Amino acid sequence: MSSTSNTTTISTVGPPSRRNTELAMLVFAVIIPVFAYANAGLALSDEMPSGMLSYGIGLGLLAGVGHLVVRKFAPYADPLLLPIATLLNGLGLVLIWRLDQSKRLAARAESIGQVYAAAAPKQLMYSAMGVALFVGVLILLKDHRILQRYTYISMAAALVLLVMPVFFPAKFGARIWVTVGSFSIQPAEFAKIVIAVFFAGYLMVKRDALALASRRFMGLYLPRGRDLGPILVVWGMSILILVFETDLGTSLLFFGMFVVMLYVATERTSWIVFGLLMSAVGAVSVATFEPHVQQRVDAWLDPFAAFKNGTSDQIAQALMSFGSGGVFGTGLGQGNSDLIGFAANSDFILATVGEELGLAGTMAFLLLYGLIVERGVRTALAARDPFGKLLAIGLSAAFAIQIFVVAGGVMGLIPLTGMTMPFLAYGGSSVLANWALVAILIKISDTARRPAPTPAPSTDAEMTQVVRP
Amino acid sequence: MNKPLRRIAIFCGLLVLALLIRDNWIQYVQADELKENKHNRRVLIARYSQPRGNIIVDGRPITGSVETDGTDFKYKRTYKNGKMWAPVTGYASQVFDANQIEKLEDEILTGDDDRLFFNRTIDMITGKEQRGGDVITTLNGKAQKAAYEGLGNKKGAVAALDPRTGKILALASTPSYDPSTVAGGSKKDEKAWNDLQPKNNTDDPMLNRALRQTYPPGSTFKVVTAAAALENGKYSNIDAPTDSPLPWRLPLSTRNLDNEGNIPCENATLRKALQYSCNTVFGKLGDDLRKEKMLEQAEKFGFGEEVLTPVRTNASVYPEDMDRPSNALSAIGQYDTRATPLQMAMVASAIANDGKLMKPYMVDSLRAPNLSTIERTDPEEMSQAVSPENAGKLQDMMKTVVDKGTGTAAQIPGVEVGGKTGTAQHGVANSKNPYAWFISYAKTDDGSPVAVAVVIEGSDTVRDDIAGGRLAAPIAKDVMKAVLASEK
Repeated sequence: MSSTSNTTTISTVGPPSRRNTELAMLVFAVIIPVFAYANAGLALSDEMPSGMLSYGIGLGLLAGVGHLVVRKFAPYADPLLLPIATLLNGLGLVLIWRLDQSKRLAARAESIGQVYAAAAPKQLMYSAMGVALFVGVLILLKDHRILQRYTYISMAAALVLLVMPVFFPAKFGARIWVTVGSFSIQPAEFAKIVIAVFFAGYLMVKRDALALASRRFMGLYLPRGRDLGPILVVWGMSILILVFETDLGTSLLFFGMFVVMLYVATERTSWIVFGLLMSAVGAVSVATFEPHVQQRVDAWLDPFAAFKNGTSDQIAQALMSFGSGGVFGTGLGQGNSDLIGFAANSDFILATVGEELGLAGTMAFLLLYGLIVERGVRTALAARDPFGKLLAIGLSAAFAIQIFVVAGGVMGLIPLTGMTMPFLAYGGSSVLANWALVAILIKISDTARRPAPTPAPSTDAEMTQVVRP
Repeated sequence: MNKPLRRIAIFCGLLVLALLIRDNWIQYVQADELKENKHNRRVLIARYSQPRGNIIVDGRPITGSVETDGTDFKYKRTYKNGKMWAPVTGYASQVFDANQIEKLEDEILTGDDDRLFFNRTIDMITGKEQRGGDVITTLNGKAQKAAYEGLGNKKGAVAALDPRTGKILALASTPSYDPSTVAGGSKKDEKAWNDLQPKNNTDDPMLNRALRQTYPPGSTFKVVTAAAALENGKYSNIDAPTDSPLPWRLPLSTRNLDNEGNIPCENATLRKALQYSCNTVFGKLGDDLRKEKMLEQAEKFGFGEEVLTPVRTNASVYPEDMDRPSNALSAIGQYDTRATPLQMAMVASAIANDGKLMKPYMVDSLRAPNLSTIERTDPEEMSQAVSPENAGKLQDMMKTVVDKGTGTAAQIPGVEVGGKTGTAQHGVANSKNPYAWFISYAKTDDGSPVAVAVVIEGSDTVRDDIAGGRLAAPIAKDVMKAVLASEK
């Protein structure tokens, strides 16, 4: 116990590297999905799924490679992040495979003239690419502070990524895709990371100006007009995303992340107040003239109205999935979450967790996500440089907001926004981006926990001593 | 920077906490509500994921299940002689829910009932699919057949009871429908369903006339009026002349109450009055007793109350708010008096069972898949409608009706049969074809095994021909014969 309480303090003795803990947990993170796979296979067709061995070996290999690279290139990294990411990704594969077997989804795809293709093999490929990206980031990014150099390039890149989808046709009612041939990506997933780098770099430089040059009014520090500039720009951008790309989730994510980072950088509560005010103004004004957002709000307020007026019944179906799962769930492969139909294995994948693993399973998943966020925040606390702190908290907050927005939407807590459950949901962009996100957090945590170089027993030290007369 | 960091940590924690609370809300607090939501297809998927238990008559199932190749539903409900049994079984559809026994005993039929928990667990352990239990009805196949075939192409209903227990022996309603045609989920089933809806089909074949349709009972209600007169001591000797002038003017009115034709009703005895179906005698009796007494007697026979057989019946009505002339008309089964066929069978049944009215029921027992009995319905007394002594007098009067009155068509050689005909007028100024009624019971040495009520809605035959004795009595006779034959 005493060793765990040590992780945030800097000591010259150096905390244990915790790589063996990580390895032990990784073993579980591989075994649990393999068992889940067997479980789902037995429930669906009374036999062990044929790909079980290769699946187990594949997942084990990915985890093993990840672990070895962390051991070599980030030896002091947080030991929880990699196992949790592996576990979520592995279970996500099982859930996607399980939904692949659905006759109902196959019939549905055929009835609208699509070819029903299995998603799990593709997701396995994306996972491999994700781990490759993870490895790449760990090897190539020697120190996260290097990213600081690319502050304004990041800004440009983020803008490009965010604006790109406008020039491509809308898919499923939202312009969040860039489609080239049969290949399509969701640039917003990557923009999330790039923009965090920009915010961290920008705020680190401007934090003093933003924090100190202000007037006090009614207990709040009012920022100067010109300091309001950046927040207005980001706000405007969020609104534009919302209006032109009809992407409520991304818009919320960026604005939320920015307000969080601004608050951390300046320690001024007034920014939070401004942030909330502006998002309220933005949300209300957009909601009044944007039919897409209105529909979402209506569907949230009365999900079951869909059965009367013929709109999408997805939320109602998801809610019934959760309800039918009850406390312990039906067991993998035995639920009917495929009734949700469209996006059952991406945006709505949590409903399958809810129905087949029950309240217990869903809470476990939510806590796993919570744990990733907690490790991220802890990394931010432990980081020694402001850029690292800001980047870590930015990424963690983005992660937390994304979880809240997706899970909250699927569970009917807030209007549905159409984002993916990190690691769990089907989708290449999401898997790749989130592996990269975890890699950066691991890198920061490695730097943070790395023992400070012991003061060299330099002879110079003695020579500069004040010589007493 | 660490202070705001800690606050952000708390904020993130709150986000996760909100999700956890919401999760508990929908998966624990609201779980049952969502699980049983009418839009939740899982209810239907579960209902048809294994062969459904059967509804049993005379030891043989009148329902079945066939395997289908749909993505949602593995099995589909089938019915044997569905049209005849529809008023008993109801339907169980993959799309349109279910009704009557199929709905009320759904948990037994699917095997989801708590009392089948042990069976389910055993099946689960031994790897068998869940099995449903059976519902064993009280119905008598031969009596049902006689009732259904007797009605033929005519519109009407038959209800038959065992007066000693309240067991429902026959329950027919025509025109009927075959529940098999709406059991599936195909376009064909949907069309069949739409064609059965009252707005597309004036005959309303899905209406269970025997339990749910109330008709003016006409002269058959005179039995109730006679019972009220005897019970309240207005008359005690059924062979003594009553104080009945002819013609008799309705109270507070300038109108005379007419009899059907020139029949000897002046100061007729109760026996003669029932034999000839004298409107004047029973109208005056009802007026002499006043509506409170009439209502009281009607309620003792079960009027004003819904009966759960377990399929719900509509309550029959003896009107409460009316003036004296209306009460006099109500006493002969006109004005706003309305009764279901089952209600009139209950009247005959109470009289046949020496005054004791048994609660009608159609589910005899529920049986687990392993053939053990889960629940048995015990006969239950509803009320003592009339004293045994007065019941004897009423039996005597009803017997005379069949022996030499309006109900001779119901005579069964060698068996004591009592009955009463009825011809209820309806429509504006009685313009529509009247309803033909007949209620009766048969009696053997072991008491009365059957009481029956038959109603036939105005058919296209000549109006004079509608008299209950001509149209309805032969059906009642066949039903009684069928029951008597199976008693032996």
